[in-house]
Amino acid sequence: MALTTEELRARSKRRKISIQVAIVAIVVTTIIALVWNTTNQLEKQGLTSGFDFLERSIGWGYSFSLIERSIQDTYSKTLLIGFLNTIFVGFIAIILSTIFGFAIGTAKDSNNLTMKSVATIYIQIFRNIPLILQVIFLYAVIINLPSSRQAYSVFDVIFLSNRGLMLPTLNIPLSVVFWLVVLSIGFAIFLIRSKRLSLLPGIGAWIVAVIVACALAVMIFGEPDQAALSIPALKGLRFVGGLNVSIELVTMTIAIVLYGSAYIAEVVRGGLKEVPKGLIEAGQALGLSSRVIWSRIKLPMSLRTIIPPLGNQWIFIMKGTTIGIAIGFSDLFYIVSTSITQSGQTLELIALLAGAFLLVNFSLAQFINWLNSSLKLKAH
Amino acid sequence: MTTMTQNRFELFVNDVKKRSFGTRTDAAISTVVLILLAYIIWTVVDWALIRAVWSKENVEACRLEDAGACWSIIDARHRIILFGLYPFEQHWRSTLACLSIIATVIISCIPFMWTTKRLAASWIIGFAAYYLLMEGSLIGLQQVTTDQWGGLSLTLFMFASVVLLGMPMGLALALMRRSEMPVLRIFASILIDTVRSLPLLVTLFTAAVVFPIILPDWLQGDKIWRVIVAFALFFACYQAEVLRGGFQAIPKGQFEAGKALGISYANILFRIILPQVFRYALPSTINMVVITFKETAIVIIIGFFEILASTNAAYGTGEWTSYYKEALLFAAGIYWIFLFSLGRYGEYLKTRMTVASR
Repeated sequence: MALTTEELRARSKRRKISIQVAIVAIVVTTIIALVWNTTNQLEKQGLTSGFDFLERSIGWGYSFSLIERSIQDTYSKTLLIGFLNTIFVGFIAIILSTIFGFAIGTAKDSNNLTMKSVATIYIQIFRNIPLILQVIFLYAVIINLPSSRQAYSVFDVIFLSNRGLMLPTLNIPLSVVFWLVVLSIGFAIFLIRSKRLSLLPGIGAWIVAVIVACALAVMIFGEPDQAALSIPALKGLRFVGGLNVSIELVTMTIAIVLYGSAYIAEVVRGGLKEVPKGLIEAGQALGLSSRVIWSRIKLPMSLRTIIPPLGNQWIFIMKGTTIGIAIGFSDLFYIVSTSITQSGQTLELIALLAGAFLLVNFSLAQFINWLNSSLKLKAH
Repeated sequence: MTTMTQNRFELFVNDVKKRSFGTRTDAAISTVVLILLAYIIWTVVDWALIRAVWSKENVEACRLEDAGACWSIIDARHRIILFGLYPFEQHWRSTLACLSIIATVIISCIPFMWTTKRLAASWIIGFAAYYLLMEGSLIGLQQVTTDQWGGLSLTLFMFASVVLLGMPMGLALALMRRSEMPVLRIFASILIDTVRSLPLLVTLFTAAVVFPIILPDWLQGDKIWRVIVAFALFFACYQAEVLRGGFQAIPKGQFEAGKALGISYANILFRIILPQVFRYALPSTINMVVITFKETAIVIIIGFFEILASTNAAYGTGEWTSYYKEALLFAAGIYWIFLFSLGRYGEYLKTRMTVASR
């Protein structure tokens, strides 16, 4: 019995629908079974589910926080601190590795053989060792540094010892610093959107504006009887003044930046290589210097190819901050995992952790899309 | 012959001269960089080779003021780093097992092996050899349970099982994501996008602590298997996207031509489409394998005794605590050799393929 085309189509359609119905049924049954099993298990262990525990106080300490904290804080506040720490170290690492990555990527793309080889060595060393191994190694090295009294110093202004890194700071309250950061980010976004300045003058204008804003802030908010800069100085066994960056934060930042910049350098190099040779030769024929060729032709042209993979690297770096737990840096993952041991609210805490990372990475992806579309050449 | 090599050498020197010291700025930059580099290399060589102490017999020499690297710790403790808590007199089994995984990886780099059947067969054989040797009871050796596995052998075990499990899972997810059936497509998309935006550590941690709560006891299995399955899911979600790129490179007409000729879906897929997809996706797949090997290091946080944990243990005892640098550098060296060679191989394939497609 031969079937007509219509009958064959109808049969294939029926089959597809039944497969899908079967899959939906399996998924729904599995979910119901899991939920049923979970409630049973939790009842057996005498655990109550729900988010009430967020209002209880924690009763344990941890290494790093940007804001005032104590062991009487609630779980919700502590989780927020962890979230801030993750974002904080993530953003510092992203910014620094992008800067270094561009420098090293440009070096690798240069005609100068020495620069090229040094960049290659750098990339091959730091890319081919797991990040966590680098973090543990660096932490072991820093923790074995000499004590404050024999600290390594740079011009007696910056000190590195086993107590952390001492940096000079502006003599202004922390809240003002926060608003300065917000303002400078806002100004950067404004500069990118307005498109009035091209890339390098834009960055220059931004740096000048930030310096002026800092000077103004010191004049308005600074204590009148103090110097504009607070410089760390050794008094007895410890440092007074300046900003103390804890060894966990120093380790995390350096290790992630070394690792991340090696990856970003490869991305940048790949982008620079994609720039059509004719454009560069045209620049040379017009007698432009190699610096101008780089800043006016190569960099703007390659940004279109660089931004999407660069965004992936940023998300990758953000995710990489979770290994802070290996050295006791209190990022969100550390706080969540300690909270789980302390409170037993596994499911709720894991859900919060996953939710936070989905939120951050999604926003980062949105930002990259926006950056990509605003840097796009209009002619294409 | 000598004149030719001499000629080549001269050409090389001239090239270096031109490309490093061509202009005045170039020459200045190169000189500064080279001096810095020479200083760094000298410091490292002086510490790691010239002033180093090599054997475990003269550990005392390490404590001298001007002693360099104390490689005695590797001489004395390398077995812990490589094999963890595996019974000492059975270490030959661990060695063979590790070699079988390494051999599998090397064999799969030979183009002759690049058919689905051959690759699958070599990985299954290599993995089975590893498991039989390490576990032992099935081939009449003393049984060693997974909780005694450790060091490099555990790292290689996790790596091999993740790739072996993750590859078919990734293929399934890639097919689901480009299926005509919306339910399959949506399911695969949600899974892939979620896993890809979560840190691997969160995925593994979830498998370690959440599965015991939501799964019934008979489904839980060992903690190591739960973590491996979660790791394989991570691999699969990334690999699915890699394969999707490969699928997009293949003209739709090929599928339609196959259908018009009345070839079954499975045959179109396995005989026509997939061989090409894998070829296109090969460099990215190798990149995924490299990432997987690198990321196995983080299972130390979930509490496994892999190579990083065993290295920590190697310098953790009183006598060796000050030689953490040497031990960690040894572990880093193992990772580096493996990752560097795989990475270079991937680069080589990429250039070979771009040349071939020109």
